[in-house]
Amino acid sequence: MTFQINGKSFPDTPKAGQCLRTFLRQLGWFGVKKGCDAGDCGACTVYLDGEPVHSCLVPAFRAEGREVTTIEGLANFNGLGNELHPMQRAFLDAQGFQCGFCTAGMIMTAASLNQAQRADLGAALKGNLCRCTGYRAIDDAIAGVRNVEDAEPGAACGHNTPAPAGPDVVTGKARFTLDVAPEGLLHMKLARSPHPHARIRAIDKSEALAVPGVQAVFTYEDAPQTLFSSARHEVLGTDPPDTLVLDRTVRFIGQRFAAVVADSEAAAEEGCRRLKVDYEILPAVFDPDEALRDGAPMIHDLDPGKALADPRRNLVAEVHGDVGDVEAGFAASNAIHEGTYYVPRVQHAHLETLCAIGWVDDDGRLNVRASTQVPFLTRRELARVFGLDETKVRVFCERVGGGFGAKQEMLSEDVVALAALRLKRPVKLEFTREEQFTAATTRHPMRVKVKIGAKRDGTLSAMQMHVVANTGAYGNHGGPVLHHACSEAISVYACANKKVDGYAAYTNTVPAGAFRGYGLPQTLFAVESAIDEVARVIGMDPLEFRRRNVVKPGQPMIGAEESPPDVIFGSYGLDQCIDLVDAAMKRGDGDKPPSPDWLVGEGTALTMIDTVPPGGHYSDTTITLCADGGYDMTVGTAEFGNGTTTVHQQVAATALGTEPSNIHIRQSDSDHGGHDTGAYGSTGTVIAGRATQLAGEALREKLLAFAAESSKTARADCALAADAVTCGTRRIPLADLHSAAASAGIDLSATGTANGSPRSVAFNVQGFRVAVHPVSGEIRILKSVQAADAGTVINPMQCRAQVEGGVAQALGAAMFEEVVVDDRGRVTTASFRAYHLPAFADIPRTEVLFAKTTDKLGPYGAKSMSESPYNPVAAALGNAIRDATGVRFYRLPFKPDRIFGQIAK
Amino acid sequence: MDLNTITEVARPKTREDVPTWRDGDAWLGGGTWLFSEPQNRLTRLIDIGALGWEPLRASATGLEIAATCTIAKLDALAVPVEWIAAPLIGQCCRAFLASFKIWNTATVGGNLCMSLPAGPMISLTAALDGVCTIWSADGSERRVPVGDFVKGPLSNVLKADELLRRIDIPAAALIRRTAFRQISLAKVGRSAALLIGTFDPPTGEFVLTVTASTPRPMKFSFNNLPSGHELRARIEREIPANGYYDDIHGAPEWRRHMTLHFAEEIRNELAEQAR
Repeated sequence: MTFQINGKSFPDTPKAGQCLRTFLRQLGWFGVKKGCDAGDCGACTVYLDGEPVHSCLVPAFRAEGREVTTIEGLANFNGLGNELHPMQRAFLDAQGFQCGFCTAGMIMTAASLNQAQRADLGAALKGNLCRCTGYRAIDDAIAGVRNVEDAEPGAACGHNTPAPAGPDVVTGKARFTLDVAPEGLLHMKLARSPHPHARIRAIDKSEALAVPGVQAVFTYEDAPQTLFSSARHEVLGTDPPDTLVLDRTVRFIGQRFAAVVADSEAAAEEGCRRLKVDYEILPAVFDPDEALRDGAPMIHDLDPGKALADPRRNLVAEVHGDVGDVEAGFAASNAIHEGTYYVPRVQHAHLETLCAIGWVDDDGRLNVRASTQVPFLTRRELARVFGLDETKVRVFCERVGGGFGAKQEMLSEDVVALAALRLKRPVKLEFTREEQFTAATTRHPMRVKVKIGAKRDGTLSAMQMHVVANTGAYGNHGGPVLHHACSEAISVYACANKKVDGYAAYTNTVPAGAFRGYGLPQTLFAVESAIDEVARVIGMDPLEFRRRNVVKPGQPMIGAEESPPDVIFGSYGLDQCIDLVDAAMKRGDGDKPPSPDWLVGEGTALTMIDTVPPGGHYSDTTITLCADGGYDMTVGTAEFGNGTTTVHQQVAATALGTEPSNIHIRQSDSDHGGHDTGAYGSTGTVIAGRATQLAGEALREKLLAFAAESSKTARADCALAADAVTCGTRRIPLADLHSAAASAGIDLSATGTANGSPRSVAFNVQGFRVAVHPVSGEIRILKSVQAADAGTVINPMQCRAQVEGGVAQALGAAMFEEVVVDDRGRVTTASFRAYHLPAFADIPRTEVLFAKTTDKLGPYGAKSMSESPYNPVAAALGNAIRDATGVRFYRLPFKPDRIFGQIAK
Repeated sequence: MDLNTITEVARPKTREDVPTWRDGDAWLGGGTWLFSEPQNRLTRLIDIGALGWEPLRASATGLEIAATCTIAKLDALAVPVEWIAAPLIGQCCRAFLASFKIWNTATVGGNLCMSLPAGPMISLTAALDGVCTIWSADGSERRVPVGDFVKGPLSNVLKADELLRRIDIPAAALIRRTAFRQISLAKVGRSAALLIGTFDPPTGEFVLTVTASTPRPMKFSFNNLPSGHELRARIEREIPANGYYDDIHGAPEWRRHMTLHFAEEIRNELAEQAR
């Protein structure tokens, strides 16, 4: 067969059941992505004879004799030459992307729309999912809005400079984890347990090994016996060591028990099907309250330890704390609200599924190219688990297709490393979308009982919270998530009487892990709903009630316990955020309800978040002057749509008085030296950015000192310009300075290090006006506003996009998303068809407002702003629905089929 | 996704070329469902796209839709002006969870053969009195009304070796007045209830077709426009409270509530027009 792809001829024959997507990638067209492999997400969109199709659903043989166009060929489609297609240019101008994994499909689709379709983007883009942006920036791109701006040398901070990877992202050239084709690549598939709890008596591999192409089958007999946690934190021992690379006991449906490695995915799959497993079925428990009861099946036969409270009771962690006397506080209250709120499992749904390629290089070193937020911590743990020296392990990533916390976890790298070390050949593992739902991690489901009392004068008199978190079959992140959940949701209020109790329990269900907000969105939904109720009862505007009771500089921040002394008010903009949202809601703008019979209401909620996780968070940046007079910069932090690469460029350019484009960044590779705790806990700007600022400032001093000395000019008469140093009246181009230093044997580079302490606090306030249909229970968001206190905003366009993306992701959880686990522990929502991600049509525009503050601690006064925009959304929406309908909804998501019946009552 | 157990694709050009059915075979229409889920028991695809059926044929007797006609082609059909029911075509196409790009690949017949409650081509053709022509393995044909073709979720009257050839919509159904209502849990989600009412001014006949909220299409015919009470009583009698579909796309009590609500809205809308 011969295929015409992007104007070139490819003689090749696809496999009988092969889809066009994998065939195109096999031929090297890596711009065609896999997001779902089921026709739902649109990341694989290509044209067949000019018509857009989802290439994952098209049998490859049907493309024979037809013109195939991928993102790589779009610019030349219709003979436009090799310039960018206008839609690619538009996506660059508007920065209509974050991680960029959906972008190729989004651009291919947008470029194909006719005028009628462009007039109804909600319908036209329902087959294109973006998990990062919240769609506003995509809307801007299609509308031709230009959001990027140029920056003057040394003045990049505060400007909307574009992401350095943008041109590669919009043309499909940006390399994500699996966009490489190593010679001799082997493919791994994981065999997974059909039982929620069982011990494996024996595995018969013989039939699997007999499948043509199968190279090896790995089971518990082959795996190292070192227990570890898949959760990654700076301090080893933060998370319970309860996991093996391959275990003999399976503790949830979907747990891997064997890895089959073969010449093709097809053979590896067949090998998995041919494994014969003899199970001893064990009793299982699925509900966390039941799991904590006496006599419940014990899921992990381990000893209690630093990060494991009492495994005999399935108790991973517990938190208890109080201040004052809550009983006395409630007794003195004029109004009390008590309610039990529930937040179910939701999935991160980063469009690039978990994946990794591992190999052993000629020097005998293990290399892992991974889709990770934490390459350095993964290297450290791989070395420990496999008994290797850290110098014998390299972990790195190029561009990562979304993370949201899911990749602060080692779920694919370990088993890939096992196979690569044994087989001495490159091995690839790619999770399917189904595996993402059944066998990766989710947000921790939490049942939160909250009781809040207030006095008639508007004083908050007592707060009590009881939390039960379901951490699933493995304890990864269970403890720290619980601690975080029990902290800022409560400590943001100044109240004399508080009591908090929290428990995280093992159950035989898919593990929960780290997810944007890290426990706070769950407890905040309960607390902020209760605050709203109490304010209503005493007849006070909920924002005014909050204004009176929120914590203010000088007051202690007390949750389950008082915040550690390294958490300080580096700046305080919560008051501004409340006022900004108050004013925006009072303006009365926004959409009108679809018709007068809809019920209309308003609601608000707020959040506080520490700008850095506790326990130390480290980052090193090195900046070097290059021969061409530009700067080479290595940073450890990863880029997965968080936009920190842009920020690093801006920070370095500001410190060095140059343009961002003169800073060439290499990132997220443990071989670059130094250390980086990782891109989690909203640290990409505040920690890694701080390291970059320090490196930039140190290099600036070094350049000036060297220039002063070599030109015999007083240091005070030397100044650094965009591409030169001026020494008195003499101008030394940076390239010349470099060669002078090189001849003198001097290395013009500098390193900056940040350690993540002390830490500050950031704030967000969300407001919604909604309309609820009295018959159907449908919700329409008429207005959405979020005010954010991010300190100095280094890139307003990007920071706004982070807020919008957080609001959109949280609206998904508030309105649609739930990973449903049935009463046998099986996930029943394992595709985007059953698990509705917000699409273009579902997300309103959010007005984003920034408080004017400058932080004492962050780089150039910046604070974190990536997790916290998510946190207040569900509560604000619930409060607006309560205002509209008179009914309080205690459970997410707020779906019409749950709302309608309550309104009728 | 790749269907890795498939070892062979048959691409018959004529009916005579269609291979004898064997275990592990699947008919390949558009492939948009087949390729969206693992199909580990399948070994051969029989591609009916190569049979070269004319997608659409409009005539005085009505509209003939080949099973292999894509959704995009049906949506783009220009119809005679007197076919006032034609807007239903666009409304039902837009009720797909799938995007317009999938419409370029997915087929009308495929949607019927999937027999999902939310299949909008089932709603469309059932409401317009469509009749399926089915090819049997022995070379014969049989005809079954769409309303009887679908038996329940993922279940229909086709035997494994039978093939849906086409759906015929009689011209008489295309000149009726229509009303359409649809709802899902999200703005562009999968239908939880999709109701179509038709009203034939000359005869006064009113037919309500309930889909998506029930496991299979339910049709309620009245010789004259019923009262609200009559309509509701009939629906309640024939769809018991436990007769509504239950899955992640809508709780059954909500589907019932919306079905009854939409039925009354449709009755009112067509009653307005009848005046």
